[in-house]
Amino acid sequence: MDFSLTEVQSMLAESAEKFIANDYDFDTRQTIAASEQGYSSSVWRTFAELGWTAIPFSEADGGFDGGPIESMLMMQQFGRGLIVEPYLANIVLAGGVLRRIANESQKAKWMQPLIAGELQTALAFAEPQSRYDLANIETTAVADADGWVINGHKSVVCNGGHAGLLIIPARTSGDSTSATGITLFAVEGMADGVTRRSYRTVDAHQAAEIRLENVRADGGALLGDVNKAYATLDAVIDEATLAVCAEAVGIMQVMTEKTVEYSKNRVQFGVPIGSFQALQHRMVDMLTACEQSYSLLIWASMANADQSDEAKKSISALKYQVGTAGQKVGQEAVQLHGAMGVCWDTDIAHYFKRLTAIGQMFGNADWHLDKLAA
Amino acid sequence: MHVTFSEDELAFRDEVRAFFRNEIPEDIARKQRQNVPLEREDHIRFQKALFSKGWAGYNWPIEYGGTGWTIAQKYIFGTEMADANSPNIIPFGLGMVGPIIYTFGNEAQKLRFLPDILESNVWWCQGYSEPGSGSDLASLKTRADLEGDHYVVNGTKTWTTLGQHADWIFCLVRTSSDVARRQEGISFLLIDMQTPGVTVTPILTIEGDHEINEVHFDDVQVPVENLVGEEGKGWTYGKVLLQHERTGTAGVASTNYRLKKLRAQAARSVRGAAPLVNDRNFMRKLAATEVELKALEFTELRTLAAVASGKAPGPESSILKLKGTELQQATDALYMEAAGYYALPYVPDQYVLDFPEDARVGEGAETTSSLRYFNFRKASIYGGSNEIQKNIIAKHVLGL
Ligand SMILES: Cc1cc2nc3c(=O)[nH]c(=O)nc-3n(C[C@H](O)[C@H](O)[C@H](O)COP(=O)(O)OP(=O)(O)OC[C@H]3O[C@@H](n4cnc5c(N)ncnc54)[C@H](O)[C@@H]3O)c2cc1C
Repeated sequence: MDFSLTEVQSMLAESAEKFIANDYDFDTRQTIAASEQGYSSSVWRTFAELGWTAIPFSEADGGFDGGPIESMLMMQQFGRGLIVEPYLANIVLAGGVLRRIANESQKAKWMQPLIAGELQTALAFAEPQSRYDLANIETTAVADADGWVINGHKSVVCNGGHAGLLIIPARTSGDSTSATGITLFAVEGMADGVTRRSYRTVDAHQAAEIRLENVRADGGALLGDVNKAYATLDAVIDEATLAVCAEAVGIMQVMTEKTVEYSKNRVQFGVPIGSFQALQHRMVDMLTACEQSYSLLIWASMANADQSDEAKKSISALKYQVGTAGQKVGQEAVQLHGAMGVCWDTDIAHYFKRLTAIGQMFGNADWHLDKLAA
Repeated sequence: MHVTFSEDELAFRDEVRAFFRNEIPEDIARKQRQNVPLEREDHIRFQKALFSKGWAGYNWPIEYGGTGWTIAQKYIFGTEMADANSPNIIPFGLGMVGPIIYTFGNEAQKLRFLPDILESNVWWCQGYSEPGSGSDLASLKTRADLEGDHYVVNGTKTWTTLGQHADWIFCLVRTSSDVARRQEGISFLLIDMQTPGVTVTPILTIEGDHEINEVHFDDVQVPVENLVGEEGKGWTYGKVLLQHERTGTAGVASTNYRLKKLRAQAARSVRGAAPLVNDRNFMRKLAATEVELKALEFTELRTLAAVASGKAPGPESSILKLKGTELQQATDALYMEAAGYYALPYVPDQYVLDFPEDARVGEGAETTSSLRYFNFRKASIYGGSNEIQKNIIAKHVLGL
């Protein structure tokens, strides 16, 4: 067991920290979030120039061979900076699929531009009826002489509105909740039959409802093997879960620090509110929740980096913890800020919204506790 | 002791039910059903409908044009109003300043202000909090200096709910700093928002709506006849009002309605998904919240009974506020959980009247669930934060 970071890992974390400190303060973030596109193309280019968009890809593909530790370090910083750029959608979700199962020509066509920061992508894993069950897929792909015809509705697709490439899990056999019979297709965002309703999400990210009506996919659009995509999907969502948990831990830490700071400066009854023992204990609980969450994050990241037997279990444990402790920390931070905490102009309010949104993604606390209880 | 209603009470319930079913303006009822935010004029039209029925003063004594209802009647009224998904009664006039004026105001003030409050001709807002004075309200700095027959008011009030709609504001102001206890220098003043020197600036809340404001007073001249009661007694009046406000913010009937609706929603399939009723975790949380709410309902009824027998709502009202807001917030969290991914889209454009159902993102009001969850964190902050309620209970109930 070894908790130390390699030199490269430390450098990565520092570069992200520096970028946020110098180029991504809260006002900048708010301006970007309020812009038409909802994220900044120039920030995204910077991510590519800094090599961040290449982190999880193999060296052979021009990447850094980064794993869960590198992802954790970056995502934690992205949480601290409340970054709205679509790193999760592009690099973790769509990138996670492509680097696992794309063939050479598909890599050249989609993965290289993705790494270069030139192509926006999305993985459309959720459907209206699916809740958190990845195997619950009613979108169908039917083979005909020229390839495949896809029909269905995909829900709340992260980055789905901007994506030039949509990765669509579709049912090619089996009943609507069976893990076998799912196949992945690469569909161009502008393909005939694709209708998108784009919107912001409550955490200032962006997503879309995507309807597919007789969308044609040829052989080149087939990603991986027919009927066998579930394992890929499951592995990618595990990675994404780990990633948003790291982001959430970064957010929880910032919220705790900012609340402690605020309580030292806000004076009521002639004294800083931080001098009230009732509030001190609450902030101690917040800190404890952060420490516990960070510990599980470290465990889960190492277990997944080492591909230990507990890798999968550790992700559910972490997501459960982040869901419950995150809710607590978020609510307390807002509460201790008083009316300031529910103001649009207060940064804490926006951290709270992102943290809450993460709680709703990839299975909420109950969903993951059920897995651990099973 | 009976938990069942008498014949008369049942007849009354039917009358109230029929009123809310038939006499709410149809477009307003539709907006409520479709979760469309109400405009200023909608609130006024709704409250005028109550006035026409003679029910605007639901909480007022008969001599001032109120209903003089028994607790059972008030309870029935509150329950039916919530179950009909009716708009809320905006509390600042009918619930807050009205009772202050008929309790502490002089005859001239009663004649001048009460009829317009009852008839919802004048929209009131509450000017207590200041940037530097929230929980520690007695530290407030907005000054009212007496100059001849008027006060000159200077200062800033903040977090003023719906101040953008208001015609008048009732304020706690400092009329003297030369007192032993700072509470004694505070007075209760009624101010016409049209007076020169009053400016209202919007503050956006966490989810992006315009619901609160900052109100600035710059040499605002207020006639001395707008002082309620005695100079320097404003704190005492304001405290009585806060206790009324706390009793009112428990929101038992409306939380009860929302839980019933959620239970019904859980029983059916939403968006083709498996009904949530099969999700034991969710249903247990829902049931636990229902149990706590039932307890609070009876705590509230006990408090109301005490008030009816002549006692002013005392520090126990803090328990109602504390628990009531916790249960509102727990209910909000359940709605958000139920919505799953559909708690995430921010699509305010679809909450307009008769938005086409097939173009809607998510079913019903799913996409407002997180916004409400965010917004209602306010409930444990306003009306005296829940920490302050605990301090009050510790001090005045437990004697610590
Ligand atoms: C949406 C909204 C609407 C509002 N509408 C109105 C309105 O219409 N009119 C109006 O006058 N006001 C209004 N308020 C203001 C409200 O009354 C204040 O926010 C409230 O009194 C708390 O004050 P504060 O926000 O300054 O928080 P602070 O007093 O700064 O408190 C910050 C935190 O410290 C805690 N704290 C403070 N003192 C103690 C203590 N002694 N012991 C333990 N904990 C303590 C608080 O509980 C809180 O958690 C509104 C507030 C909100 C959020």
